[in-house]
Amino acid sequence: MNQLEVKPNHETRMILVCCGTGCLANGSAAVYEALCDALQGNDKIQVETFAKATGCNGLCEKGPLVKILPDDITYCKVKAEDVPEIVEKTLQQGELVQRLLYRDPATKKYYKSHHETDFYKKQKKVALRNIGEIDPTSVQDYLDRGGYQALEKALKEMSPAEVIEEVLKSGLRGRGGGGFPTGLKWKACAAVDNPPRYVICNGDEGDPGAFMDRSILEGDPHTVLEGMIICAYAIGASNGFIYVRDEYDLAVKNLTKAIENARECGYLGKNILGSDLSFDIELVRGGGAFVCGEETALINSIQGNVGEPWDKYVFPTERGLWGQPTVINNVETWANIPVIIKDGAANFASIGTEGSKGTKVFSLVGKVVNTGLVEVPMGTTLREIIYDIGGGIQNGRQFKAVQTGGPSGGCIPENLLDLPVDFDTLTEAGSMMGSGGMIVMDDRTCMVEVARYYVNFLAEESCGKCVPCREGISLLLETLTRICEGKGKPEDLDLLESMSSTIQQAALCALGRTAPNPVLSTLKYFRDEYLEHINNHRCPAGICKELTEFYIDAELCTGCGRCRRNCPADAISGEKKKAHTIDPAKCIKCGDCINNCKFQAVKVK
Amino acid sequence: MAENSQQTADREVMSSIINRYPPERRFILAIMQDLQKQFNYLPKEALQMTAEHVNTPMTVIFSMATFYKAFSLVPKGRVVLKTCDGTACHIKGSTIIIDEVYKILGIRPGETTPDGQFSLETVNCLGACAIAPVLLANDRVYPKVTPALLREIIEENRGQ
Ligand SMILES: Cc1cc2nc3c(=O)[nH]c(=O)nc-3n(C[C@H](O)[C@H](O)[C@H](O)COP(=O)(O)O)c2cc1C
Ligand code: FES
Repeated sequence: MNQLEVKPNHETRMILVCCGTGCLANGSAAVYEALCDALQGNDKIQVETFAKATGCNGLCEKGPLVKILPDDITYCKVKAEDVPEIVEKTLQQGELVQRLLYRDPATKKYYKSHHETDFYKKQKKVALRNIGEIDPTSVQDYLDRGGYQALEKALKEMSPAEVIEEVLKSGLRGRGGGGFPTGLKWKACAAVDNPPRYVICNGDEGDPGAFMDRSILEGDPHTVLEGMIICAYAIGASNGFIYVRDEYDLAVKNLTKAIENARECGYLGKNILGSDLSFDIELVRGGGAFVCGEETALINSIQGNVGEPWDKYVFPTERGLWGQPTVINNVETWANIPVIIKDGAANFASIGTEGSKGTKVFSLVGKVVNTGLVEVPMGTTLREIIYDIGGGIQNGRQFKAVQTGGPSGGCIPENLLDLPVDFDTLTEAGSMMGSGGMIVMDDRTCMVEVARYYVNFLAEESCGKCVPCREGISLLLETLTRICEGKGKPEDLDLLESMSSTIQQAALCALGRTAPNPVLSTLKYFRDEYLEHINNHRCPAGICKELTEFYIDAELCTGCGRCRRNCPADAISGEKKKAHTIDPAKCIKCGDCINNCKFQAVKVK
Repeated sequence: MAENSQQTADREVMSSIINRYPPERRFILAIMQDLQKQFNYLPKEALQMTAEHVNTPMTVIFSMATFYKAFSLVPKGRVVLKTCDGTACHIKGSTIIIDEVYKILGIRPGETTPDGQFSLETVNCLGACAIAPVLLANDRVYPKVTPALLREIIEENRGQ
């Protein structure tokens, strides 16, 4: 890949190709290669033009995305075959290729730039400010956007205590799920007079349906380093560790490069920027265990042990890594630090709600039209996120619930959609902020099965050290599985509730204590659906196989034949333009027909 | 004989991986990750060499190898199918895909076909939820997988 260190100005043009995971999976690497080839030695382009591969832009649904600057043009779903047309029309003749522009699904209007779309207009990028705008492997790109200025300011104009004070005043709360005030954590650690002190970045991202931290690490690794170095100065730390999942190949690669570059530029190492601060960062690759995201388990894992939480809770700020005072923060928390120091705490605190300042990144996924990564001010309502930014529910179906907080979180029903999202409101609603997974569910999602999914995940991930967690979660799982299979009994609901409360009270670590949340929140808001399974042996969403039978409504069926052609089990028959029927004996209940019927003719019996 | 030279070669690779790291306990995880990448599983011999290198009992090494999900103690098939069972993929039907793999190949997550052709694993979110459900076949990404597409994917990857 061609490396370039040139700033965009009026004589040059920059083409940014999104190479986040979603776009890569859709073939953006080929687009990037094709663009580089097309630009090479092309003398018909008047303006000097460079192509860059960037991190995730967020609008994964429309990927691969190609942005052209300074013209501010965004092309969606670009394929390598589209490159010659882009080069000829846009780069050589200055015209737009209309068919590649973003088109609003509701108004059918075309947009020249992604900035004009509803998806971006309601967002506010702080933690994600550079992602999609820079080449993550170039330190120069980071510097061009004000990178490492916060570090210079801290080292040259502020005392360590002033840095801590600034973070306190910003009101920043940890983005890893707990929401603990970051400034307080730093202050507590600095106060323990027992060097060496350590700084850790928690990049374990255990939530099975989220990819915020991954995108930051891949798309803007220097911002995480800068945040950590500023903390090292504030608390007097000598070494830092970034714990990142080993599966995150690209994040590992980009971080490794960023650490090397930061050392070369004097941002890491001895006497950073001529100051007294000496600090270095090491990358530790995690082994893929959910519980390792819990801070004491993570510390165990870095030390070369099995990643189990500590028996007795001692704050890591007092005795953490190798028994020394340690600050551990989440990736997104770190990404906010340079902004707070550079632009001031007051600026940061002007965004958000009373108790939750700044923004939050969510991975907005599931049955929503615009699947992707979004960053909104705290206090934005769920409805704004799902409908204005997310574009509503896919295929015009019915919204049922939105799940936040990962496996420790809960499901929120439609009547709470106007809830302004922050740490406290979500907890009150029986869910939690968590690290930022936001999964939208429609009438084709079974809430009992969703509860079973999370409990199954936690049963596999429980470290098994304490009995309430180990035995309690497996009992929950058995009961939920029974209900999904149609063998549930009315008294099962009481069993679920009493077992949940035992686990909440008696489990050793937060994994266990929060494990019943998905069960309790679905029982609270979707009890009817449980009762349908138990009393009427019916799964209204058509997901639980034993309780599902699909049929075709002869009134609505137009006989288009789409379902018949696509059925993998050859279970559908019918003549063209006549109502079709499903053979329940052959049907494997995959739902392909109901998901794709344009006339909503396939129903759940 | 060929068997033996293969073993010698393997052993050399193992020791070169292990010797990349200082003999400290905190590098066990990193060593095992590199070994897993190289061999697609953790050969027993490699674990013994690791134990010696970091001067730690084999029981400790073994408990780490079984605790962390990234590791396998048995060899994997030639083609490793990974279905994403992250939340987004799950509610878009990844369970159906897992069931269908069982119908076609007779393997469940964590298992390998007797002929050593295919293994099945589940993974959590790959960061590509926009194209859920996602399937990987030896790191090639297949978007929006349906039972019908799955059949094609398996045929495509069979005995090349
Ligand atoms: C079971 C469990 C899993 C966790 N997983 C993560 C995780 O994947 N990423 C993360 O940043 N924090 C995770 N946490 C929270 C951490 O323990 C810790 O609170 C956090 O890293 C502190 O950083 P913050 O204050 O910046 O949020 C988890 C906690 C528990 C109990
Ligand atoms: S849940 Fe499968 S890619 Fe995100």
